[in-house]
Amino acid sequence: MNGSIAGRALAGMIALGAAFAGTTALAAPATLKIAFVDPLSGGGASTGEAGLKTFQYMAEQNNAKNPDLKLEVTGYDNKLNPQESLVQIQKAIDSGARVVVQGNGSSVAAAIIDFVSKYNDRNPGKEILYLNYAAVDPALTNAKCNYWHFRFDANSDIKMAALTNFIKGKPEVKKVYLINQDYSFGQAVRSAARAMLKEKRPDIQIVGDEVAPLQKVNDFSPYIAKVKASGADSIITGNWGQDMSLLLKAAADAGLQANFYTYYGGGAGAPTAIKQTNLADKIFQIAEGYANIPYPPGHEFEKAFRARVGQELIYPRVVNLMNILVKAAGQAKSTDPKAIAKAMEGIHNDTLYGQDSFMRPDDHQLFQTMYISSFGPIDTAKNFDSENTGWGWKGIGEIVAKDTVVPTTCKMDRPS
Amino acid sequence: MLELLIVSTLNGVLYGMLLFLMASGLTLIFSMMGVLNFAHASFYMLGAFFGYQISRYTGFWIGLVAAPLVVGGLGALVERYGLRNVHRHGHVPELLFTFGLAYVIEEVVQMIWGKLPVDYRVPPLLDFPAFTIFDTNYPAYKLFMLAVSVAIFVGLLLVLARTRIGLIIQAALTHPNMVGMLGHDVAKVFMLVFGVGTGLAAVAGVIAGPSLVTQSNMAGLLGPILFVVVVVGGLGSLTGAFVASLLIGLVQTFAVSLDVSVSSVAQALGITAQPAGGVLGDLWTVTIAQIGPVIPYLLLVVVLIARPTGLLGNREA
Repeated sequence: MNGSIAGRALAGMIALGAAFAGTTALAAPATLKIAFVDPLSGGGASTGEAGLKTFQYMAEQNNAKNPDLKLEVTGYDNKLNPQESLVQIQKAIDSGARVVVQGNGSSVAAAIIDFVSKYNDRNPGKEILYLNYAAVDPALTNAKCNYWHFRFDANSDIKMAALTNFIKGKPEVKKVYLINQDYSFGQAVRSAARAMLKEKRPDIQIVGDEVAPLQKVNDFSPYIAKVKASGADSIITGNWGQDMSLLLKAAADAGLQANFYTYYGGGAGAPTAIKQTNLADKIFQIAEGYANIPYPPGHEFEKAFRARVGQELIYPRVVNLMNILVKAAGQAKSTDPKAIAKAMEGIHNDTLYGQDSFMRPDDHQLFQTMYISSFGPIDTAKNFDSENTGWGWKGIGEIVAKDTVVPTTCKMDRPS
Repeated sequence: MLELLIVSTLNGVLYGMLLFLMASGLTLIFSMMGVLNFAHASFYMLGAFFGYQISRYTGFWIGLVAAPLVVGGLGALVERYGLRNVHRHGHVPELLFTFGLAYVIEEVVQMIWGKLPVDYRVPPLLDFPAFTIFDTNYPAYKLFMLAVSVAIFVGLLLVLARTRIGLIIQAALTHPNMVGMLGHDVAKVFMLVFGVGTGLAAVAGVIAGPSLVTQSNMAGLLGPILFVVVVVGGLGSLTGAFVASLLIGLVQTFAVSLDVSVSSVAQALGITAQPAGGVLGDLWTVTIAQIGPVIPYLLLVVVLIARPTGLLGNREA
């Protein structure tokens, strides 16, 4: 209870400070508390932990060089459960957080959007902002779009459009097997894959379409046995976290020789599993970046990040998110979420790899350059490897931000 | 199809034997105490983590022997100083004791090893494909797991059925007072059974750790299935636990490989009409693969209704 009162008093003080500061600068020094709500235990823990470390690193970097704005990131374990997430967010709000960041699980994201929208309606003047760094179910910026939600990762349809365009130019792909997780995101991947393959490569046969329980499967061998029996030459999967690394591990054990088209082949634990499978240049990933993009400032960032955090940067989008948040707070000259949200709509920002990205005001989806890369042996003297495997990501293709734009059906209610 | 059949059977039998390693201890402990040991899967988890920790210093093989001994010793201590004291107050406190113990063990494991999976590797000696059927590799380590489980099953049966100790244990399980009157230390027998039971769970943990994932929620993932196994097999029946383990292992593995749904059966029969959508439409198109995880629990409910003693048991659950 104490924490709650102190938190509200602090938030009030920040708001007051901002009001007094007028138009010249941020109320110096203002603090913005960010609640990181994601799985820090169970099957999604490795992914959640990597995200938290990236957010904390970015806050640390900002605090060192930006005396006006202090960012504070606190981790809350939501156990990948929508209900638990809301409990944790309430806890975070009570201790003064005004920004919620979450990414793992579109089912969780949908619940948070709902919660934040109700909370802001009922608590005018104390609004909270929800910044989504990885939940990519297209519905979140279409049917379920909301003013207080901003998405910094390309949605599933954008990624699938890029992957299928790539597959279009590969005639050796004949039989495709879909393996996904049984929740809103996995369903979105499988339906998008079916629709887009049918349109772009009607000759491709979809020989399997599988959904497995989210982060509950201990051993993917039965699934891999089925893939083998189907004679598939390619697998499309949106699996992440343990579901991705265990899928690859089972494929390695069975000696499956197939191409994997993935969303999260670069996630924590996956590179180690790929190296074990010994499938050189057969795992493809669509993402907003990878360590070896030929852009020197990106390399310097990667080097500093690895030296400080002790692991590679899995989330370039978190870097972009934090840069945009700081930029928007600077433009708004305030740490009030309402003012930040207004500044963030339509904001332009150069990504970690020096490319333009922009937030679409209609649905709050960020559009940024997307890269397709493949994993295989590299020269570690000149390039970055992953998880000390001696293998790394190599560029195959890129799609600039404006070419990734997809239409939206969002009809957004804006606060007056 | 034949390929899928053979590989799935191997996978299913392997998973079933792993379940049996744990269910055998659980079902023996049940016959003895008269209540389910909720913390049993936690001893499996302890086995995996101890195995991992020991293997980092001495290699996998010493861990395989040492971890179950340590966990079994711990189990014996729990029986001697925990359960035996609670036993006086009846079954409900015993049940609550094991229930609480499961939480305590999970929290302790999280405190020591954290919430992330630990890097528990298959020993290099066994890290190769044992054989190839229809160009699917079968890992040697999995064969090793199968061999260990079968060896323990046979050993357990021999000890229980052919030795004097087995004779006394069997007698103590059903007629503890009579055995006590004959001059045997029944309390010590119970401690031994509890220790060996938890030790067996630890063996399962040590060998499953590198193949599955060693992390702090592994007990929670396996615990419920274990109860299904002992109830379906018949509480207190070793053979029942064996049959039920294999049954559940095979059912879960094969469920994954069956893409049969009501709609596909209807189509095969030439019925084209189907519900328009909604709940009925979902039920119409859902495949067995999708409901796979629920099947063991459905089986549990059916067994409890139709045959409360389980397949081979002789007392009611």
